[in-house]
Amino acid sequence: MNEAFGLPPPGVILILGGLLLPLLRRAAPAFALLLPLLTLGAIWATPGDLSVTLPFMDQSLTVLSWQPATLVFSTIFALMAFGGALFAHPVTGLASERGQRWRVELPAAFIYAGSAICVTFAGDILTLFMFWELMAVGSTVVVWSAGTEGSAKAGLRYALVHLVGGVVLMAGILAHVFALQSQGVPDPLALSHFAFGAAGFDALSCGPSDVAAWLILLGVLVNAAAPPLGSWLADAYPEASESGTVFLSAFTTKTAVYVLMVLFAGTELLIYVGLAMAVYGIVYAILENDMRRILAYSIVNQVGFMVCGIGIGTAMALNGAAAHAFAHIIYKALLLMSAGSVLYMTGKRKCTDLGGLYHSMPITMVCGIVGALAISSFPLTSGFVTKSMINQAAADEHLALAWFTLTAASAGVFLHAGIKFPWFVFFQKDSGLRPPDPPWNMRAAMIFFAALCVLLGIPGVYAPLYAILPFPAAMGETLYVPYTGAHVISQLQLLLFSGLAFFVLLPVLKRTLTITLDSDWFYRTLAPATWKHLLAPVMRALGEVRDGFTSGLPEDIKRFIYSPPQEGTYFREWGLGGAMLTITGILFVYLVLGFAP
Amino acid sequence: MKLDDPKTIRLLWIVSLIVLALLVIADAFVEHHPHFGVDGGFGFHAWYGFAVCTAMVVASKFVVGFFLKRRDTYYDE
Repeated sequence: MNEAFGLPPPGVILILGGLLLPLLRRAAPAFALLLPLLTLGAIWATPGDLSVTLPFMDQSLTVLSWQPATLVFSTIFALMAFGGALFAHPVTGLASERGQRWRVELPAAFIYAGSAICVTFAGDILTLFMFWELMAVGSTVVVWSAGTEGSAKAGLRYALVHLVGGVVLMAGILAHVFALQSQGVPDPLALSHFAFGAAGFDALSCGPSDVAAWLILLGVLVNAAAPPLGSWLADAYPEASESGTVFLSAFTTKTAVYVLMVLFAGTELLIYVGLAMAVYGIVYAILENDMRRILAYSIVNQVGFMVCGIGIGTAMALNGAAAHAFAHIIYKALLLMSAGSVLYMTGKRKCTDLGGLYHSMPITMVCGIVGALAISSFPLTSGFVTKSMINQAAADEHLALAWFTLTAASAGVFLHAGIKFPWFVFFQKDSGLRPPDPPWNMRAAMIFFAALCVLLGIPGVYAPLYAILPFPAAMGETLYVPYTGAHVISQLQLLLFSGLAFFVLLPVLKRTLTITLDSDWFYRTLAPATWKHLLAPVMRALGEVRDGFTSGLPEDIKRFIYSPPQEGTYFREWGLGGAMLTITGILFVYLVLGFAP
Repeated sequence: MKLDDPKTIRLLWIVSLIVLALLVIADAFVEHHPHFGVDGGFGFHAWYGFAVCTAMVVASKFVVGFFLKRRDTYYDE
């Protein structure tokens, strides 16, 4: 192992660069496009056996080390930062409203993206945790930078949920570190001690020694947006700006997928968590009217596939989860760019207000459809060569529940995102809106990502992606063959018949001006209402009781015992002589009692 | 040919249904490798895709929606 001191991990380029951006004034927009590419170059230039440690108190932190999944995740994070920066590029000038927003949003987004990259390079749990929390800070500022009242409130809720998740995670880390220390382990922070996996963390054991693992798992699942811990995603992401949501879609949940892969690969519970996520995402997306919230729910659905793959835990499943994270970040960003372009050009976000935009936004429509086909895993798109690996792993392991649910969810993806999003936004009824395609930078970002979606699905062209997966094929062997006649035909049947179901059921799917309650209801409605209607009145009543004890009661007693002479209601005021006489009498009684036999 | 013309829509339906039928017929010409028995059956992915999508729409709309749907101004009030 090649060890070096003091060299920071590649993600730091984005973090420090992002902090520098506000100082660069006019050069900032160009510099912002360069930074992610520099980071990408640094990731690929970092030797595969390099490990960097920094002294920290009496421990050392491994800020740079390679895990099996580091390359694929850090590469896509850097690529995503570039695509997002291109989409957010302030074409209208830094003085414009969009430019002003860019000056806050982009540095925050780079801190967020850079921290995500640093998480993938972390070699110890403390480094991982610190960058994990920095991501929460960066992403909260991205939500807030939209500058609307809705984003301010949603950003605050988002921050609170992530702070609570961070506390739970830290509690688990501390519990495990103390346990390791008491066993005399010399390096209790090393990531390898936290790889609970299938061996050390049985899914259904709840003994006291598992508390640390459970807390860490819970903390990570908050960020993975697993229901019921994940309603923050559909709450906060659609409130960010059109470019902010693109950044947000990529990093938090996929970093959680990475961490789950490192710490909990093969934990059976995750199969069921993943399946629940996949179905939950579909059900909520079907009912949703806000186009970006539809796509937000479909993030949960897609991350469910990855979490399920991690639960299965075989090399094929983990490769599938990592590859699917790679493909997913691209097509999901593309879909949100398409939706963001519509929002930017029309100012509207509800399906009920949109429709017929194919007339005037052809590029946005085509790119949106490419993203929709990729998320649905159509043959010749990136989703087809990545998601199939997870399904294949479920089949290889004879996990019937997982396979049938994942296959149903694959059909459901086409229904809720693959057709629903393009149909209601670009076709459906004619809303009369005729906005042109968005500015050049937004078109360029969409075309770039659309091209990646298609290229990654072409036979042979996806080979470089397969080569950087956590468990690459041995020399002379093939990792996975997505293009077989049977696979292509069954996938097309599944998708096109799900499409048929969409159009047959279209009257039922008609959009309404509604939302669907999610678990955020507990802290958005139940908690405030409980305070307002139950706790606050009780507190007020108790306050009156307390005031009665501390001031009212003594006053009453004073009035009862002591009355001024002129009023003389209860007692006549005694003279000194009377009092002396009484005390002498009492003392005499004591004396007699004391000497009594 | 305009997309919102009823004739075009009719044509699109006919073409789509032909494609769907061809896809099911194509099942006879490929060799499936079933892992669970039923997944190798003729046209399995076609009927399964249609059935689960219908089930999910019905369950979402009439079960989850019935209990959890609210006006979209719910949180603003």
